[in-house]
Amino acid sequence: MAEKKKGLNLNRVDMPRQDPKERIKNFNEVALGYTEEMAVAEAERCLLCKKPLCVEGCPAEVKIPEFIALIREKKFVEASRKIKETNALPAVCGRVCPQEEQCEEKCVLNKKGAPIAIGRLERFVADYEAAVGAVEKPEIAPSTGKKVAVVGSGPGGLTVAADLAVMGHEVVVFEALHKPGGVLVYGIPEFRLPKVIVEREVEYIKSLGVKFECNVVVGRTVTIDDLMEKEGFDAVFIGVGAGAPIFMGIPGETLKGVYSANEFLTRNNLMKAYLFPEYDTPIKVGKKVAVVGGGNVAMDAVRTALRLGAEEAHIIYRRTRKEMPARAEEIENAEEEGVIFNFLVNPVEIIGDENGWVKGLKCIRMELGEPDESGRRRPVPIPGSEFIMEVDTVIMAIGTRANPVVPMTTPGLETNKWGYIIADEETCKTTKKGVFAGGDIIRGAATVILAVGDGKKAARAIDHYLRTGEW
Amino acid sequence: MYKIIEKRDWHPTICEMWVEAPRVARKHRPGQFVIIRIHEKGERIPLTVVDKKPEEGLIRIIFQKVGKTTWELGTFQPGDYIADVVGPLGQPTHIEKFGTVVGIGGGVGIAPLYPILKGMKEAGNKLITILGARSKGLLILEDEMRAISDELIITTDDGSYGKKGLVTDALKELIDSGVKIDQAVAIGPAIMMKFVVKTLEPYKIPCIASLNAMMLDGTGMCGVCRVTVGDQVKFVCVDGPEFDGYLINFDELMSRLTVYQEEEKIALEKFKKEHPEIFAGVE
Ligand SMILES: Cc1cc2nc3c(=O)[nH]c(=O)nc-3n(C[C@H](O)[C@H](O)[C@H](O)COP(=O)(O)OP(=O)(O)OC[C@H]3O[C@@H](n4cnc5c(N)ncnc54)[C@H](O)[C@@H]3O)c2cc1C
Ligand SMILES: Cc1cc2nc3c(=O)[nH]c(=O)nc-3n(C[C@H](O)[C@H](O)[C@H](O)COP(=O)(O)OP(=O)(O)OC[C@H]3O[C@@H](n4cnc5c(N)ncnc54)[C@H](O)[C@@H]3O)c2cc1C
Ligand code: SF4
Ligand code: FES
Repeated sequence: MAEKKKGLNLNRVDMPRQDPKERIKNFNEVALGYTEEMAVAEAERCLLCKKPLCVEGCPAEVKIPEFIALIREKKFVEASRKIKETNALPAVCGRVCPQEEQCEEKCVLNKKGAPIAIGRLERFVADYEAAVGAVEKPEIAPSTGKKVAVVGSGPGGLTVAADLAVMGHEVVVFEALHKPGGVLVYGIPEFRLPKVIVEREVEYIKSLGVKFECNVVVGRTVTIDDLMEKEGFDAVFIGVGAGAPIFMGIPGETLKGVYSANEFLTRNNLMKAYLFPEYDTPIKVGKKVAVVGGGNVAMDAVRTALRLGAEEAHIIYRRTRKEMPARAEEIENAEEEGVIFNFLVNPVEIIGDENGWVKGLKCIRMELGEPDESGRRRPVPIPGSEFIMEVDTVIMAIGTRANPVVPMTTPGLETNKWGYIIADEETCKTTKKGVFAGGDIIRGAATVILAVGDGKKAARAIDHYLRTGEW
Repeated sequence: MYKIIEKRDWHPTICEMWVEAPRVARKHRPGQFVIIRIHEKGERIPLTVVDKKPEEGLIRIIFQKVGKTTWELGTFQPGDYIADVVGPLGQPTHIEKFGTVVGIGGGVGIAPLYPILKGMKEAGNKLITILGARSKGLLILEDEMRAISDELIITTDDGSYGKKGLVTDALKELIDSGVKIDQAVAIGPAIMMKFVVKTLEPYKIPCIASLNAMMLDGTGMCGVCRVTVGDQVKFVCVDGPEFDGYLINFDELMSRLTVYQEEEKIALEKFKKEHPEIFAGVE
């Protein structure tokens, strides 16, 4: 093992990125990743704490100091496998987790302002393992003769499918869209998460024996009761996400030029509209684009708009930069790329021209009042402060909610008042025997790693249920 | 992959196919549709399931060649595969015994109308059907419609077959002749449905219309299919495709259908240039 440095090294190793001027002209990944030398240098900074606080911050309890120690020894493949013991999707999570609120926030070195770049190290080892072709199949337990249906192929569904296959169960994943991956393929753009990475994960899971059936909208094409009663599935995991878009309910939302972020991103990511007319799906981005919202979805939409050729791309957010829920790194990226941030502003009406196209967005200025239930200060409108922004495209990225199709068609499956499926926190058991649920459909829009965590828990609980029959 | 089993050309611009899609065939009910993607680079477009043979796992689609995707699909032959077919999507038609039902179909809207009217007939309704086309060659499903209808009226814009005129003229005549209508169902171009509702309005005859909004996923995930119905914004793919004709904002629907006009033209022109033989001799 490399020798421990004496004093603290507070020089976080930067990760190379594409130049902002260049990258806004392409959809290639912005971050270029560490080299071996960089990874080792960053790993050398780690104190390998006996009581690692970073792990407490990780919803998947990744063995962080252990994998970092392996990087120091240049055992990159082993490091990747160490992560995979608890997180099946390190190449994805290394790229999209909000590390600054999780492991890196808790890292002791964060007190000095220089936490270990755990996410960058995670992606480095996962990419390394894939690049050298070392991805190894775990040993698969003897067949149990039990069949599990996984509904939805987002990070939650993929995780549960992989784990159950390794445990010896027969697994079929049913996906509504024509391609597996969930938000990872239709929502998060190529420049942040290359689709080959998701494809690689799906191929790996297929290699474990998991079958994928796309173009199946459970609740329409087949119901959960059909799967259990007619198709012989012994258990079902529901990981359908929270995919229904929310509009603001303000006048003008059906004008031409108004998109939900889901539509805008799906056209571009899943359907590859940025390659129109080579690909058949069109997308329109005007000269001046306003994206309403302050989360990851809003950042993805606004940066996509820039890359599609928008001259001006605005974020309209009703609180301030501090309250923005997006990953810090993506906010910085957006700033570098020239996105214009309008804080303490909220839309009240979309204004159309005589042909039904958007020509402006009427907004009102806000100020921060008392904290609300989430602890963030509540934005309140300032009377009489309305103004009109001239824009020709408006993208709503103010959140999503549960799609009711599965609960509506599944007797005995209960939801809470927001329409999310009620499930036990530890086991992901729903109110219907044999049916489990996890990810955004039980939490509301959350994160990839929480969906992965649910997948892990659910796999253990499903395995237990299938082996013992105990509910 | 979904295999095309049979194909029939009704007209150089109207095509019918039977496609293998066993899960859809099993679950489909009148009024529901599928979304298809013809190949890896294709867009997702909605088409009504016109008929099905669940035992053979087949569904029937009929489409009009209006743009790049439908023209290209028209080149597919039996034995070829459609990359993706997903469904059945949307709410099934509310079918019950109303009494006398009038079905009004315009152009290729006759295709989606057929399964609904068949359902209405099977539920014991008296069925009067009005079909309209621009000219005789563009009229589809006449024999099948005749087989389920108690009365069939045909109109063509140019008078080449049936009565000369629009479906609304025939509808007005029918009402004036004193026939008591309990329920109307209209499917066709948005403008036709709008005027059917206008024609029915003075008599307060209830009318459902099936909307051909733009769609992407077809599962309620993107919202591109939204349309104002009464004072609410609805998603056609999950709340529809049928709505109370009196409450639909048809002008908004028509406007929203033009969002990608320019791009549709670019795509079709490019396809024409690459495959001039397909378009030889077609107007
Ligand atoms: C644009 C965007 C950016 C994001 N960025 C980040 C980020 O940077 N970091 C982060 O941690 N999180 C991010 N998130 C959130 C994160 O992606 C989600 O929390 C996570 O994907 C949820 O996973 P899931 O397994 O619950 O399902 P999802 O990923 O939502 O996938 C659900 C799948 O189920 C399918 N499905 C739905 N209904 C049915 C049905 N009836 N039958 C069959 N299949 C069905 C859907 O088509 C979909 O493929 C982002 C989300 C979006 C939209
Ligand atoms: C629920 C539903 C069911 C449908 N069922 C059928 C069906 O059974 N048979 C059928 O032929 N069509 C049906 N349609 C319409 C069909 O989806 C469109 O014609 C198709 O998407 C056109 O694709 P394209 O690429 O060939 O043409 P595009 O390039 O997209 O369009 C070419 C031209 O057609 C017009 N157009 C585009 N979309 C529509 C539309 N949805 N309705 C009317 N005009 C349109 C455009 O304005 C343009 O002028 C249905 C639509 C919906 C929403
Ligand atoms: S808390 Fe920071 S320094 Fe300590 S083990 Fe974790 S990453 Fe290393
Ligand atoms: S087509 Fe996307 S929500 Fe209806």
